[in-house]
Amino acid sequence: MSPKIEPVSQPRLLAVGDSAWTIEFGDRIDPLINARVMGLTGSLVTARETGDEPLLSAVVDVVPTFRSVTVHFDPLVADPDQLGQRLLSLAQTSGLAARHGRHWRLPVCFEGDLAPDLDRVAGACGLGRDEVVALMSSTAFRVYMIGFMPGFPYMGGLPAVLNVPRLASPRKRVPARALAIAGEMCAVYPWESPGGWNLIGRLPLPLFAARAEPPALLAAGDVVEWQVIDHATYQELEQALGKGDFDASRFLVSGETS
Amino acid sequence: MSGLLEVAAAGLANTVQDRGRRGYRHMGVALSGSLDPLMAACANALVGNQSGAACIEIRYHGPELRVMRGPVQVALAGPVGASVIRSRGAEQTLSAWTTTTLDVGDLVRIGAPAGGTAYLAVSGGVDTPLELGSRATYLRASIGGVHGRALAVGDRLDCRAVSTEGQRERRQSAWAHAIGPIRVIPGPQADAFESAVLCTFFENDWAVTPEMDRMGMRLAGPALVHRSPEAADIVSDGVTPGCIQVPGNGQPIVLLADCQTVGGYPKIATVITADLPRLAQCQPGERLRFVAVDTATARAALIEQNRAHSLWVGGIEVYRPPGRVDESALYSENLISGMIDARV
Repeated sequence: MSPKIEPVSQPRLLAVGDSAWTIEFGDRIDPLINARVMGLTGSLVTARETGDEPLLSAVVDVVPTFRSVTVHFDPLVADPDQLGQRLLSLAQTSGLAARHGRHWRLPVCFEGDLAPDLDRVAGACGLGRDEVVALMSSTAFRVYMIGFMPGFPYMGGLPAVLNVPRLASPRKRVPARALAIAGEMCAVYPWESPGGWNLIGRLPLPLFAARAEPPALLAAGDVVEWQVIDHATYQELEQALGKGDFDASRFLVSGETS
Repeated sequence: MSGLLEVAAAGLANTVQDRGRRGYRHMGVALSGSLDPLMAACANALVGNQSGAACIEIRYHGPELRVMRGPVQVALAGPVGASVIRSRGAEQTLSAWTTTTLDVGDLVRIGAPAGGTAYLAVSGGVDTPLELGSRATYLRASIGGVHGRALAVGDRLDCRAVSTEGQRERRQSAWAHAIGPIRVIPGPQADAFESAVLCTFFENDWAVTPEMDRMGMRLAGPALVHRSPEAADIVSDGVTPGCIQVPGNGQPIVLLADCQTVGGYPKIATVITADLPRLAQCQPGERLRFVAVDTATARAALIEQNRAHSLWVGGIEVYRPPGRVDESALYSENLISGMIDARV
C-alpha cells in the first residue's frame, strides 16, 4: 500500500537522555514525513507484539509525533546504544504509513455558546458562518499526534482559507470537548484547561476516559470527519455519552476500535 | 489484616505516588510517579514494602493522618519533621529514617520539608485504586491517587495492618544522594545552539528558582541564545523527565515527572536517570552545574546507584523501640544489629 515517493532524507537518531531515543524524519509538519513516522510506529508495534527481539523488550512507550518517533525504554533491560542502532535500522526499512488509522465521523455542534469564536473566524476568513461549518464538515482531518494533555489530538488538513492565528491573549478556561482551530491545525480539548485556539464548536462525547479501553478515543494516524448536529441532538448525546461509558464503534466509518 | 488511615488535615499538595504510569505516553498521559524514587524506595524498604509501592509525596506541608484501623507501621524518608500524638494524648517526635508503629487513634502530624521532597510510606503501601496501571496522582488529568487530586480532609487510605507481637522497628541512616555536577546527555536539540552557547551552558552555575512544580523547574542564569530566532520554536517532538528545554527567553526549564509527553522548545540536554532524583531535592537559590556524559556512563551510574541502594536496604537495622522493652530479645537483637548496622 506504500506509494512510490521521491527519495527523502535519512532518519536521524537523537538521544533523549539515557532512557529514550528520538528517530527524526524531518523538522516540519508534512503528511509525507508523518507517513514515515506512522510507518516506523507500525513496524515497532508489530515487532514488539511478536516479541522475538529481546532488545525491544526494554521499550516501555512508543510516542509518534508530527515528524519523529520517541521510544522510551528501561536502560537496565537493554544496552541503549544497541537499541538505538536497531531503531535506526527499523526506521530505514519501515516505509510509509504501514499502519492505517481508523476512520471516524464524530458529532459536533457549531451553534450558539458552543461556538464562541465562530463569527469572528468567519469574519476573518471573509466567509459566512455556514460556509465555515460547511468547510469543516466536508474535510477529512488526519490525527498527526496526541499530546499536550491526555487525548489531545493535533489534526492536520484544515483548508487554507480557514487559517487564523491563535488568540493574542489565551483563555484561562477552555471548556472540555471544545473543537478548536489555529494556524493550519484543528484540535479538540479533552479537558477544561487554559488555551489560545479559536473555539468553533463542541463535541458531546469525551475524548479521554481513564476507564474506557482504550482511554484515548483518537490515536495518531486516525482520520476524523465532523458530522454537524443541532443543539437538541448535542444535549441528548451529551446526556448519553458524557461519562465516557459508550461504544465508540458507533462513530467509526471503518477500522477497529482498538 | 487491613489498616486504614484517615486524613485529618490535608496539608498542601500532598499526593499519592508510585513508580509512575508506563505504556500510555502515546495517548498524552504523563509518566508521573515519585519525583525522588530513591527516597520513596528508602521509605518503602523501612516498612518492608516493595520499592515501587505507593507512598505519600510531601513537598510543601505534610498532612495529618489518623489511624482508624491498625496497628499501622509508617516511615518517613527525606528532610521533614513530624510528630505522633498518641491516642492517650502523649506527643512524641516521629523521626525520619526509622519506622514507627501506630495504634488505632494515633495521629501523625507531618511538618513542612526544609526544601526538597519527602515520602511517607505505610505498611503494605497506600492502597488507592490502580488507574491506567498505576496509583500515581496525575493532577492535570485527575488520574490516580485519591480521585486524581491532592489529599483532602476525610480521605481514607487503605493499607496493611502489622502485628504488634514481638514488636520491632527498623532504622537506617539517612540516604545521601550523590554530589557533584548534574550529569546530562547533550541533545536532542543541542544543534539549536552555537558551540559557544553550549560552553555557556556547561561552564556556568544555574540558580534554582522558586518556580518549580511536579511538571518542571525553572533555572536562572546567563541567557542561552538560540542559533536563530526561528530555532527557539521547533515542531513539537517527544520529551521525557530530565529534558532541559530552552524557550525564547534563554532560561532553561528542567522537565520533571508530570511533564507533557511532547514539547515545542529545543532541548539542549537531558539529565540522566541516575541524577533525576537529585533534582527533587533542590531548593530555590541552590546552584546547579551540568556536565556532559555518554549513554554508557549514564548506564554505569544507574547500575552503581542501584547497587548502593541495595546495600543501604541490606543495612537496615531491626531494633526494639524504647518503652516496649523485652530484655532477652533486646540482648539478642543487639548482637545481630552490631553486625549488620552499616551506620558510621
